[in-house]
Amino acid sequence: MLPEWSILLVSALYVGLLFGIAYFADKLGDRGRSLVNNPYVYTLSIAVYCTAWTFYGSVGLATQSGMAFLTIYLGPTLMAALWWLVLRKIVRISKLYRITSIADFIASRYGKSMALGGLAAVIAVIGITPYIALQLQAVSSSFDVLLYFPDVEAMETPRGVWDDKALYVAVLLAAFAILFGTRHIDATERLEGMVVAVAFESVVKLVAFLSAGIFVTFWLFNGFSDLFARAASHEAIQSLGLLHEIPGGYGAWLTLTILSAFAIIFLPRQWQVTVVENVNEDHIRTASWLFPLYLLAINLFVLPIALAGMTAFGPEMSPDNYVLALPLAEGHGALGLLIYIGGFSAATGMVIVATIALAIMVSNDLVVPILLRKQALSPSVDLSRLIVNIRRLLICCILLLGYLYYLLIADAYALVSIGLISFVAVAQFAPPILAGMFWKGASRAGALAGLSAGFLFWLYTLLLPSLAETGILGQGFIAHGPGGIEWLRPYGLFGITGMDPITHAFFWTMLVNAGLLWGISMFSRRGDMERIQAALFVDVFLRSERDARFWQGTATVGDLQELLGRFIGNEQASRIIYEHAETRGDRLADTEQARPELVHHVERVLAGSIGSASARVMVSSIVKGEALSFEGVMEILDATSRTIEYSRRLEQKSKELEQATQELRAANERLKELDHLKDEFVSMVSHELRTPLTSIRAFGEILLNNPEMDTAQRQQFLDVVVRESERLTRLINQVLDLSKIESGSAEWQLADVDMDRIGREAVEATRQIFSEGKTELRIEGGAGDATVKGDPDRLMQLAINLLSNAAKFSDPDHGRVRLRVDDGPGDTVQLAVTDNGPGIGESDRQRIFEKFHQVSDLQAGKPKGSGLGLAICRLIAEAHWGTIWVESEPGEGSTFICRLPRAGGEHCDLTAHVDFSGWR
Amino acid sequence: MNSLAERLIALAAAGVVLFNYPILSAFAVDGTIAGAPVLYLYLFTAWAALILLVALALRRNGRGGRGG
Repeated sequence: MLPEWSILLVSALYVGLLFGIAYFADKLGDRGRSLVNNPYVYTLSIAVYCTAWTFYGSVGLATQSGMAFLTIYLGPTLMAALWWLVLRKIVRISKLYRITSIADFIASRYGKSMALGGLAAVIAVIGITPYIALQLQAVSSSFDVLLYFPDVEAMETPRGVWDDKALYVAVLLAAFAILFGTRHIDATERLEGMVVAVAFESVVKLVAFLSAGIFVTFWLFNGFSDLFARAASHEAIQSLGLLHEIPGGYGAWLTLTILSAFAIIFLPRQWQVTVVENVNEDHIRTASWLFPLYLLAINLFVLPIALAGMTAFGPEMSPDNYVLALPLAEGHGALGLLIYIGGFSAATGMVIVATIALAIMVSNDLVVPILLRKQALSPSVDLSRLIVNIRRLLICCILLLGYLYYLLIADAYALVSIGLISFVAVAQFAPPILAGMFWKGASRAGALAGLSAGFLFWLYTLLLPSLAETGILGQGFIAHGPGGIEWLRPYGLFGITGMDPITHAFFWTMLVNAGLLWGISMFSRRGDMERIQAALFVDVFLRSERDARFWQGTATVGDLQELLGRFIGNEQASRIIYEHAETRGDRLADTEQARPELVHHVERVLAGSIGSASARVMVSSIVKGEALSFEGVMEILDATSRTIEYSRRLEQKSKELEQATQELRAANERLKELDHLKDEFVSMVSHELRTPLTSIRAFGEILLNNPEMDTAQRQQFLDVVVRESERLTRLINQVLDLSKIESGSAEWQLADVDMDRIGREAVEATRQIFSEGKTELRIEGGAGDATVKGDPDRLMQLAINLLSNAAKFSDPDHGRVRLRVDDGPGDTVQLAVTDNGPGIGESDRQRIFEKFHQVSDLQAGKPKGSGLGLAICRLIAEAHWGTIWVESEPGEGSTFICRLPRAGGEHCDLTAHVDFSGWR
Repeated sequence: MNSLAERLIALAAAGVVLFNYPILSAFAVDGTIAGAPVLYLYLFTAWAALILLVALALRRNGRGGRGG
């Protein structure tokens, strides 16, 4: 038991702290150092979803239906996964057209309809009232628990109005909402103080609830397993099947999931923090996972606390109070106070945001339209002041309404059942908004019919029965229907029973709402304004802001400024007109005709202050001439999208062109290189031909001029002549070979060839070259079958070329060359020739097989070969469906490897035709 | 429709399947794993996994393109 003054003092200090935080945040925001431009503050402000219902009510629900309390948080998790698609679109639309509330969104989408906006505002207020009452009840009863524990009787005793803490809480919250919720007339301006205060409250309630959970689980019990084990043996828990069943059934489970998925977007307070207070669309990225994580954390201990409460207390203690009662029962007053503050913050956060959101909605979409229609506003009235005051009055009215409902149903209901009544009410917004965002065909008539019917069914199947249960209408109403008409029973409409009241109401309201929206939209004619707005909403990502110019009538700049000035103040109005003119680069005199863009801009600014429907009425009152027709607007829009499409295509074309140019340039480079190589080759071949020719000629002349030369010397000179002629012949043969193979005129005789034999014969044939020098030649491998399909002469040439190449490049004194024939990977045969020469650098390894390429050896100076041997090898290898490459490290020698497919493979079915077209 | 949108829709659909009848009924059974009831453990584990996957899909460098 805590002294009353200490609880009051702590509550007052906490509220004072909230005021301070909000004031500080507003001051910082005014100085341009905003705290809300941050995904974490955004996420925490969304956690206003967790109200006293979460804090106290979840435990109560868990004692009846086990894990079903979790549906209220699983639904939002599923919806959060889709936020990037759904919420981002809503945010974009709302920013673009300065939409400030759910009612305004619906009104604007369906042709700026005042009737729809007003209806939506009424539904929101009546639907949310029970929810606000729920928070007041939670605060009041948590206060009583803290004060009177463990005297259960005193907790439950009703008190007089002046003794009821809920009234004082309501007054304090009204003061907060008025101070921080009506700072600007323009409702699209952010309420930074409110957002930061709410984010702070989200931290407080999370910390408080986790403290309670940790205390119960690890202080009262020895961790989870102890708690669950002891709970499992408890009689009530066992008989209800709380641990391993879903007592409410899967139908109710599904209903609650869908309901809460809708609620996370369509509750007015959620709309306020997620849509209106959104600073940056990118924050949705973070919120989509961080917000569900917050929900997970705050729910982790709900079941443990519920189970612990059931084992600790008898049935006289309301399960909604377990969170608070458990630490108090152990004498932990301070912890009890912390938990009380947590629940207090959960309740106040909800009430603050909900009343502000509702006040703006009702003033913009209900009160101002009515005033305008009644022409009750004389031109002399300062409208901006008036509207702000209307909002302040509305805040008080809404809180009063909540308080009255609380008095009416106080303590008759568990927290959760009250909240669910509100959930079904706001779910009525889902069909018109979701259909309106993704389906252009949804019409005003359909939305109006669906929304009204859904609302009426909600009144009849949920709100009236909730009042009946408190005794106002008499119990017979629920049990036997009005006047005893059985098929009109509110919980069993048209004789359909077997569902719990929430599922029953959800089924009927959604059926009539979505059904009428769809059915009537199919058959109704839509006006120009409806079609324009439908196109703008559904295709919001395809169009830019500039597109929306729908006025072709005329108005003077002075008239527009005066109109704007009446609602937002003259100073502000002239600034807005001036800034608009500035960005467009023209100066406007008052008497000048305003451009359509300016008229539209003024309408948008007005929409932020008085709602889109009223703004349209006001602007059309001073614009002479008609607004554009649907066809006219579509022409403008289509022209813009066509231009965008055209420029996109142009961009693509130029990209393609650029790519083609690049390819062409590369091809040209290659051609130039080839040309250069050819030149080099010709000069190289000429040079190679000239060297032997020169010596033949020189020795021939010597022999001719010296007939008396002795025989030995003559013999020697003739030897030289013969050798040089042979070299000449060889060179010419190679050139001929190459061009023959390349041109495809070479004749190939395919036969089964044993590569082993080829290797051995090639070694024999080149033995002479090797024995001239000091190079050692060895043959290795050759055990298995190494038959390939091919031309034996050509393959022989390949082997000999590789060997003589190796001979040329191996170490002249200690040269070692090995030839090896063995199995390659797959069905192939490999012929490898290894030398211990200087090796080949990486840059040369590819090009060495090009027909004009020679490794330039800096030490050797002049190239040693003709540069044709390896090129011929490659041609031969490829003609035999094989590959050839070199593995080498500079200084470590190199290995030339030719891999050919084994005979018998698919390739052998082909004829001897060899296609050389791809070689160049 | 871009790949990010497809991924998010798939994740939401997976969540609907995981958290409803009949998959859910497979875990609504008597018994404990590591001291916690199977149903409790399953719901929180699947929930955490779903949150993790959504976070991965929406990572800043995992942009799936613009527009919606």
